[in-house]
Amino acid sequence: MLLIPCPWCGPRDESEFRYGGEAHIGAPANPGSLSDADWADYLFMRNNPKGWFRERWMHAQGCRRWFNAVRHTVSNEIAAVYRMGEPPPPAPGPGREGET
Amino acid sequence: MAEATHKRSPLADLAAGLAGASVPGRVSLAEEPFLAQIDLRGDAADGGFREAAGGVIGAALPLAPNTVAQGGRLRALWLGPDEWLIVGPEGSEGGIEAGLKAALAGRHVSIVDVSASRTAIAVAGAGAREVLAKGMGLDLHSRAFGPGRSAQAQLARAQVILEQVSGEPRFRLFVRASFAPYLARWLIDATAEYRIAGP
Repeated sequence: MLLIPCPWCGPRDESEFRYGGEAHIGAPANPGSLSDADWADYLFMRNNPKGWFRERWMHAQGCRRWFNAVRHTVSNEIAAVYRMGEPPPPAPGPGREGET
Repeated sequence: MAEATHKRSPLADLAAGLAGASVPGRVSLAEEPFLAQIDLRGDAADGGFREAAGGVIGAALPLAPNTVAQGGRLRALWLGPDEWLIVGPEGSEGGIEAGLKAALAGRHVSIVDVSASRTAIAVAGAGAREVLAKGMGLDLHSRAFGPGRSAQAQLARAQVILEQVSGEPRFRLFVRASFAPYLARWLIDATAEYRIAGP
């Protein structure tokens, strides 16, 4: 069980949260001019790094707010959480597993 | 009054069970049925909204996460940065709703009577913290969670709104009507150890 620090409520059990996938995927500025391939890329294609990953979480059983977290996909270490609309923090150093 | 005759709380069947599970001096369990509950949403950054809502509640809206403000007969629980639960005594929901609607007329707000959504269970006594800690990951130690604190969290995998009402300690759990019988039975089981007679 991960202990996830909600930016509003503080550290809570993972079971109170809902995962929201990769963060900072912007909606297309000009949807009308998008090709099928571009749409597919926007809708379905996500990064899957071995290392630090900026992702969205929602505190579903608590304050029901979406927020972003920087999590290491190998060690599950959470380096930072930040509220929606806040700029992402600078990339953390290597994780505990030595990944970047 | 047909309405009054048919009014039945979610834990009416378990009232005797909760009373029977209570151990004087250690822990007491009881339903607090039919509390008035109004869900209020609005822009916390808007001073006019805060002032108008605070005037109805009788206290400033709590802005710190997971805290409670008490104003007269009403309590305001922080549910989110733009959401509060206003709790009052049974039967006051109509008055609170009308008061908020009048005070906040013309503003971009949401005022919804959610009294029927949840019932409340009072858990009080010296063993109350220990009982709740059996099913919660939250730090309930008195230095971390005292009177005026609240939390929306899981208790025994059921979603609850928890608040500490007084330092006795006395807690109040708001739980959805459909989850209430399960949670009441869980609490009765969790307090079993206090009912074993001492030497």
